[in-house]
Amino acid sequence: MPTQVAAIAAAVCLVIFLPVVLTRAAEAVPERQIIHVLNRLAFGPTLEELRHVKTIGVERFIAEQLDPRSIPDPLELRWRLDQLDTLRLNPVQLRQLYGPLRIPRGFKPNPELEKAQGERVKVILRDASEARMFRAVLSRRQLKEVMVDFWFNHFNVFSGKGLDDVWIGNYEEQAIRPFALGRFRDLLFATTKHPAMLVYLDNTLSSAAGSPGARGKQRGLNENFAREVMELHTLGADGGYTQEDVITLARILTGWTVNPRDARLYPEYAAVFEGDRHDYDPKVFLGHTLKSRGKAEGEEALDILAHSPATARHISFELAQYFVVDEPPAALVERLAARFLETEGDIREVLKTLFASSKFWDSYRQKYKTPYQFVISAVRAADVPVGNVRPLLGAMDQLGMPLYGCLTPDGYKNTEEAWLSPDATTRRIGFATALARGGLGLSADKNPVDAGHLGAIFGATMSEVTQEVVKSAPLALRAALILGSPDFMRR
Amino acid sequence: MIADRREFLKSAAIGLFVLGRDALAAAADGGQKRLVMVLLRGAVDGLNVVIPFAEEAYYQERRSIAIAPPGKPDGALALDGHFGLHPALASLMPLWSDRNLAFVHAAGSPDATRSHFDAQLYLENGTPGHSTTRDGWMNRLLLALPGPRGATDAVSIGPILPRILAGKAPVATVPLGPGGAQALPIDQPDIGSAFDRLYSGDEALGKSYREGRETRAKLVELLAKERPIADNGAPPPAGFPGQAARLAQLMRRDPAIRLAAIGLGGWDTHVNQGNHRGQLAGHLRPLGEGLAAFAQGSGESWRGTVVVVLSEFGRTVRENGNGGTDHGHGNLIWVLGGAVNGGRVYGDWPGLAPAQLYQRRDLAVTTDFRSVLAVILDRHLRLSDRQVEAVFPGVPPVSPELVQLIPG
Repeated sequence: MPTQVAAIAAAVCLVIFLPVVLTRAAEAVPERQIIHVLNRLAFGPTLEELRHVKTIGVERFIAEQLDPRSIPDPLELRWRLDQLDTLRLNPVQLRQLYGPLRIPRGFKPNPELEKAQGERVKVILRDASEARMFRAVLSRRQLKEVMVDFWFNHFNVFSGKGLDDVWIGNYEEQAIRPFALGRFRDLLFATTKHPAMLVYLDNTLSSAAGSPGARGKQRGLNENFAREVMELHTLGADGGYTQEDVITLARILTGWTVNPRDARLYPEYAAVFEGDRHDYDPKVFLGHTLKSRGKAEGEEALDILAHSPATARHISFELAQYFVVDEPPAALVERLAARFLETEGDIREVLKTLFASSKFWDSYRQKYKTPYQFVISAVRAADVPVGNVRPLLGAMDQLGMPLYGCLTPDGYKNTEEAWLSPDATTRRIGFATALARGGLGLSADKNPVDAGHLGAIFGATMSEVTQEVVKSAPLALRAALILGSPDFMRR
Repeated sequence: MIADRREFLKSAAIGLFVLGRDALAAAADGGQKRLVMVLLRGAVDGLNVVIPFAEEAYYQERRSIAIAPPGKPDGALALDGHFGLHPALASLMPLWSDRNLAFVHAAGSPDATRSHFDAQLYLENGTPGHSTTRDGWMNRLLLALPGPRGATDAVSIGPILPRILAGKAPVATVPLGPGGAQALPIDQPDIGSAFDRLYSGDEALGKSYREGRETRAKLVELLAKERPIADNGAPPPAGFPGQAARLAQLMRRDPAIRLAAIGLGGWDTHVNQGNHRGQLAGHLRPLGEGLAAFAQGSGESWRGTVVVVLSEFGRTVRENGNGGTDHGHGNLIWVLGGAVNGGRVYGDWPGLAPAQLYQRRDLAVTTDFRSVLAVILDRHLRLSDRQVEAVFPGVPPVSPELVQLIPG
């Protein structure tokens, strides 16, 4: 009976080799896990960070990242940020120094001076972009940087709208960064009260019709901000509000505006509440009869939104989509939403629950990188000196994701369906090849990427096809192949 | 009978493709039936594109942004006794006179959402109210069209693949900005073949990779080398007119292209919309010029082309307190092409009196946007009823008037 013999032999083999197979598996799993946490809680691994996680383990790495102040940042990053003067100015100073020139009554505008001022203001976008890229590449507080990307897109503003070219950097510094791992309510309040957001979604122009301050271009109600606050920032499109609620919230937020230049009242504030444009009639919002009036009424409404179960679900869905899979399972979203409500929107706690979920661990390399994630992770893995971030910004422009350039308030998506396109794939490979050759112009010297260095990071976790193609390729092409591989397009 | 004629034209086109470049250009002449979709993202104010100047309510509700009636200074360009065209679109009037331009007014989605993002999703997946449809209706359309499938049967302009074209059938993304055809490292044979192997093992990314490689092979040849023909050596204009001229050239040179889509932003005019001049006028002018340039550049193939311009929804009838308009409902659909029965504003005009408005604020929808597209699918692209149903499940029946949009 040859089959029986074979079966017995197979069983014997199985018994003999089983321990070996198990130990090998036990070794392989951590390597994948390490790459996984670095792909999701960071913009991909560097060799240094990979070794760090290997030493302390994934659990401790997650705990560290959730407490960014415990992690020292490299000196180089601090030095880079110190060069960027406009980051330290407040919105009033920024407008004074970089806003459009003021022409006193009776004087003619001087086109030459106006053009020069138009050039000057560009330093703000430049500083903000440099700060963002250097932090994303160099900071060891990677989860914080990941959350800045997440929240900036959630509360997107566009640098090309009105005075937002002056305020875009401050918006991120003041309204997003301090709360990136904090409470959702604080983020909502900070973004809603920032002049960049009030300008971006036209609330500066919205007034109660017939109110004493409703004049000229500000003579009536504008629904834009109110609609997006509910649809995008809080409840979500299916969050159960009506057109009537949109109008009510617009009325509630009348008077939330930008302080005029040289204002005598509150000169140190760029965003103010202008009572003479506010609608003081009593209001019912989402079924709540509002108790307060004036500015406090807006805060009461924001609190209702921040604590709504629809908001908890909406934010949880977005987090699960960003950190787990494009279409996250409903049970996971519900679990996160429950945690959100229990902790009054403590993002750190929600993330803790998310990182502990099996769905998170089961989603290895199931997310397609956005152009932002692709570009940053490539530079991090390459470990080449970066003095000039412009080639990175240029690559993101070409891939359809210019930094601070998302026109619409929904921000950039992070799904495969939004970013995978035939042109994108060839262009990403082009970027990988140029980076690998040292030909991007990131620093004065040409620094080709060491394929051995990349191999030390990804060697064990690359697919068989990738390993084989890389091995058989000429040495000069290997780094490009790793950074341009299908493996590297995913996180 | 019709099917046979089309089969003949297609095989003629394939035959000529082999013969070389001149014959190739001739093959595209009217033989290939094409559809180009222009999505105005952010909701264009259609009431200020085709102006119902005969409506008293129009002028009552739009004190600062209304366009004056034809004959008045800076007035609309008369289309008929009721409607006029925004003066910034003067470049389109020759197409109107040639009956190559039609409008369908008070058209839109049966879904009531005023969310840009949901409404654009429905416009692109073709199933209003159903957000779970993942593929775009143009991709389903591509699957329904007969014939062999190549990498450039459907092209999207820009680096991103919009939902309207996403799905099973292969599509090309074509960057038509300046430098779109610049050489990339992957065009070099040794690098290309190594990456070919690298991507052979990955299903989703491999598909996208191969489409990108095939598109580039064509694109580099068609765009880089032949530029002077379309523009007599002049540099193409910036923005949409330039893209449109290059798209026309690409389509003339590549008879395989049957579908194309392009998205344009900047229409969400909540503030300072302007009237005959200002923000909206400044966006309409290059759009009109680009569409005219596309018609011009298409040459003979214009006869077999239909261009549809539309938005996710319309804007409020009444101007808001900031010289702008907010999110509304019904809007305008523009239909252009040599195959269009134009010079006419189609649709059942519901009026602008308060009682005639949708929720007492917006232009009502009397024509489902899918019905307009269904007429084009049926009478221009020759899809069967069953195929149209596959592209737009549950599309409502088409009115006898709308059928005339495409002469049989």
